[in-house]
Amino acid sequence: MLNVENLSKQFTLHQQGGVQIPVIQNLSFSVDHGETVAITGPSGRGKSSLLKLIYGSYIATSGSIQILHEPDWLEATQLAPRQMMEVRNKTIGYVTQFLRVIPRIPTLDIVAEPLINRGVNVSDALLRAQHLLTKLNVPEKLWSLSPMTFSGGEQQRVNIARGFAAHHPLLLLDEPTAALDAENRSRVMGLIREARANGSAILAVFHNEEERHQVCDRDIAL
Amino acid sequence: MNSLLSVSNIAKNYGDRVGCHATSFDLWPGEVMAIVGESGSGKTTLLKCISGQMEASSGTLGYTKRDGSIVVLQELSEAERRFLMRTDWGFVHQDARDGLRMGVSAGANLGERLMALGGRHYGRIRSSAEDWLQRVEISTDRIDDSPWSYSGGMRQRLQIARNLVTAPRIIFMDEPTGGLDVSVQARLLDLMRGLVRNLGLAAVIVTHDLAVARLLSTRMMVMQGGNVVETGLTDQILEDPQAPYTQLLVSSILLV
Repeated sequence: MLNVENLSKQFTLHQQGGVQIPVIQNLSFSVDHGETVAITGPSGRGKSSLLKLIYGSYIATSGSIQILHEPDWLEATQLAPRQMMEVRNKTIGYVTQFLRVIPRIPTLDIVAEPLINRGVNVSDALLRAQHLLTKLNVPEKLWSLSPMTFSGGEQQRVNIARGFAAHHPLLLLDEPTAALDAENRSRVMGLIREARANGSAILAVFHNEEERHQVCDRDIAL
Repeated sequence: MNSLLSVSNIAKNYGDRVGCHATSFDLWPGEVMAIVGESGSGKTTLLKCISGQMEASSGTLGYTKRDGSIVVLQELSEAERRFLMRTDWGFVHQDARDGLRMGVSAGANLGERLMALGGRHYGRIRSSAEDWLQRVEISTDRIDDSPWSYSGGMRQRLQIARNLVTAPRIIFMDEPTGGLDVSVQARLLDLMRGLVRNLGLAAVIVTHDLAVARLLSTRMMVMQGGNVVETGLTDQILEDPQAPYTQLLVSSILLV
């Protein structure tokens, strides 16, 4: 599903005298369908950067990132914006702790949007959104409101629901359970297991070791 | 599949001064591209040249028509070009007064565009105008009022409706939320994004507001001194800017 070869990333900060900050060096690994792989390492080792490189938010300095975008393998480092958007719509789901949305849009629509982008009809997308929000314990009375005014934990759960909505074959999870209480953490872990059982390849950063052991098949240490 | 708009080496000089250097890109259906940069960077010049509002000094614009045939805009007759711009393109000005006919009612501003395309049935034109007022959240009992009696935010929404009533395929916007207060901005952003998605429009938006660009666009072009210094996915440009100028621009964003 995902093949990373000799991937390197360094930032060049032109505003600070062109100082170069290497983040990732010659990293190679692959992730298969139905596999959950944890990225581990101390803070600042480039765990989130790796996810952003795969998602296309960061530009690789060198190396290759191949993604199976059915039925083709694509070199993600070489895609035009519209091609990457297409890969994101159909293939890659990305979940962070941070929700970024246009003000005023109802929660239900935000969660359903990735499904609609994937071509699912609106009523089915809304049903799936309701199902996920229920599963993640977001009270129904909030669904018609914009999440901008929600608590941090509620926003995070809306974001997780959105991330898992579209059944993407490749999921990138950046500390999905950080800052959630035990009850909600276990619900998120349930979603991860469900996605894995559905055959998604999952690449995840967890700061909680116990959770990592619960769902991950193996580790990549940075 | 062809791109909708193919911009090839479009440049504009104002006498000896360069408005924008030769610029090329393709715009595809469903894409929203933001052109950002400080004032004087040539972004509005570029927008006007690629939207037919202003004649470029050099370069060509290719456009794929609804029937799939490709035309070069500079090779069309004036009449053909005007027809295409009326049916397929929309332009939203920064100042709504430039894009509206201030002397006639709001309803007439919408109806006029439909009549230009051959609409003759008064009842249908009026109901279409009412429908569009509702879509941009203007109460239909304001349909016979002059745009002079509208607030700035309402005028901007009316201008957007006037552009969309004929179901264009590309919409060009010059600072569409500039000068509006933030609550009105949020409504407009929400509205525009919904319209782009539901109507499958392509859009080019000039803005100096990176937050607006982030929420609305999928790709971005950064300009400085008439040159394009960087292009790419919107989130990539904002999170991993490559060019020195883009790094400066992104690091200058004020966080709320």
